[in-house]
Amino acid sequence: MRDASPAKTYALHVGVIALLFVLNFILPDYHQGLFARIMALAVFATGYNLLFGYVGLLSLGHAMFFSAGLYGAGLTVYHLGWGVPEAFVAGVACGALLALVIGLLALRTSGVAFMIVTMMFAQVFYLLILYFAAWTGGDQGLVIQQASRVISIGGASLDLTNPAVRYMSALALFSVVLLVTLAVVRSRFGRVLVAIRENEERTKMLGYDTVANKLAAVVTSGAICAASGAAYALLFGYIGSSFASVQYSILPLLWVLLGGAATTLGPLVGTLFMYYVTDITSGFTSAYLLIVGVALILLVLFAPKGILGSIRQRWLGWLP
Amino acid sequence: MPLLTTKGLSRHFGGLRAVDGVDFALMPGEIRAIIGPNGAGKTTFVSLLSGRIRPSSGMIVFDGADITTMPAYRRVRLGVAYTFQITSIFANLTAFDNVALPVQRTLTDGRSKGQVRSGVMAALERTGLADRAGTLAGHLSYGHQRLLEVAMGLALKPRLLILDEPTQGLADSEIDNFITLVREIAKDATVLLIEHNMPVVMQLADRITVFNSGKILAEGTPEQIRANAEVQDAYLGATHG
Repeated sequence: MRDASPAKTYALHVGVIALLFVLNFILPDYHQGLFARIMALAVFATGYNLLFGYVGLLSLGHAMFFSAGLYGAGLTVYHLGWGVPEAFVAGVACGALLALVIGLLALRTSGVAFMIVTMMFAQVFYLLILYFAAWTGGDQGLVIQQASRVISIGGASLDLTNPAVRYMSALALFSVVLLVTLAVVRSRFGRVLVAIRENEERTKMLGYDTVANKLAAVVTSGAICAASGAAYALLFGYIGSSFASVQYSILPLLWVLLGGAATTLGPLVGTLFMYYVTDITSGFTSAYLLIVGVALILLVLFAPKGILGSIRQRWLGWLP
Repeated sequence: MPLLTTKGLSRHFGGLRAVDGVDFALMPGEIRAIIGPNGAGKTTFVSLLSGRIRPSSGMIVFDGADITTMPAYRRVRLGVAYTFQITSIFANLTAFDNVALPVQRTLTDGRSKGQVRSGVMAALERTGLADRAGTLAGHLSYGHQRLLEVAMGLALKPRLLILDEPTQGLADSEIDNFITLVREIAKDATVLLIEHNMPVVMQLADRITVFNSGKILAEGTPEQIRANAEVQDAYLGATHG
């Protein structure tokens, strides 16, 4: 937020979106599919970053918001036969509502206790999915049929299983979330969130109800993560309990740390980086996780603020 | 009618009576200094007024309303502003953003009008920091950080501004500017300051309240306090004894 020139900032973000748009026509099939997945998950990372990067609240339970969206959208399609748009809205609504309830309870704590409480709630959510296996498919999960993943608008229909449509849908969601996040962090609300991260006590003494602001941030973050989950279910057609496991709470944290916490584009960069390091190394050796681990350690040692965080610190102070 | 009164205000920490049954009244528009030896309960007392800590017993009335149990952030919205004893600015934000936080608060509350930018620049100009708006607050000199703290207090448009040791760490030249600034603030607000620098207290204060062991030892004009033998024993003891 230093010396912010709005024109330059918006040009950068629109440029990134334009680049991703062009890539649809250039990328080979395999990479096109991978990019669609990365963009859908970068939305998850972006939602996580809003809470972790800007407010400084480290949650270890965001898998529950992602999977609330995943199941909210997936189950309404599977059991109730809802259309894609309604199911997507249902997914986001589930995530926002869950975030409101969890936020009210978890925000009574802070620091390490907040991490543990969010992790516990996510674990409860995970076990509930397994318990209600009759509806959720448990650890086997459910496959959403191709026929249910078509949006019909008037006479035309959009088949989300078509690679180009899938890519563009993921890009559309990512673009909206990126621009909304940019607007939020540049707003008065965003300034208060950063102030809470820097010094909550002082922020209170400037007349801010910090608990209410943090709750608003948890709900926004939860809704964005749920949007990612809902899109993931509808675009890739599979919902399963592994998406609610603790691994999916750690992943967004890793992506954000890699890309740069409290940078708007960091979540995309981190997700992209992690996916491609895994993808490339697994082509050479079965011990690819070892190489991923070494890459992570090197990055933490030499660029502790993440890729974009370090670039901002050294060269581009204006990066939002 | 006083702007602020306390009745039997007490705060105990375990067995320690940091503030012990204080009856206090502050008239609108005055500059009041609180002095007293270290550990006399001055900072605890103003923390009770600002709502940072809750009293063990007693009552606080601000502008006719009982605010004893009101959370700190709501007192700020009523016009009670507090600047910290230890510099407590947002070091990683620019001077501009530091002041933008209180400015946008008063805009949201409808207590001021206009743009965030113009409100921020006005507060920075008043404290002589306008040319440093884009500097990270943590990179400002200590004196400027203290002034930024005051600018943030000012930007809250307070009716009561509580300053906890505002001149601590300021150079002599900066202190003169600071005295001028407080006199200017006092034109539209009541000022309550804790201060150790006696020349500053004597120049600024309309009245002085002396704390000792959590209680009010004496209260009066600067002349009365200077002549008070009890105060000399408790606080200025070294100078005549």
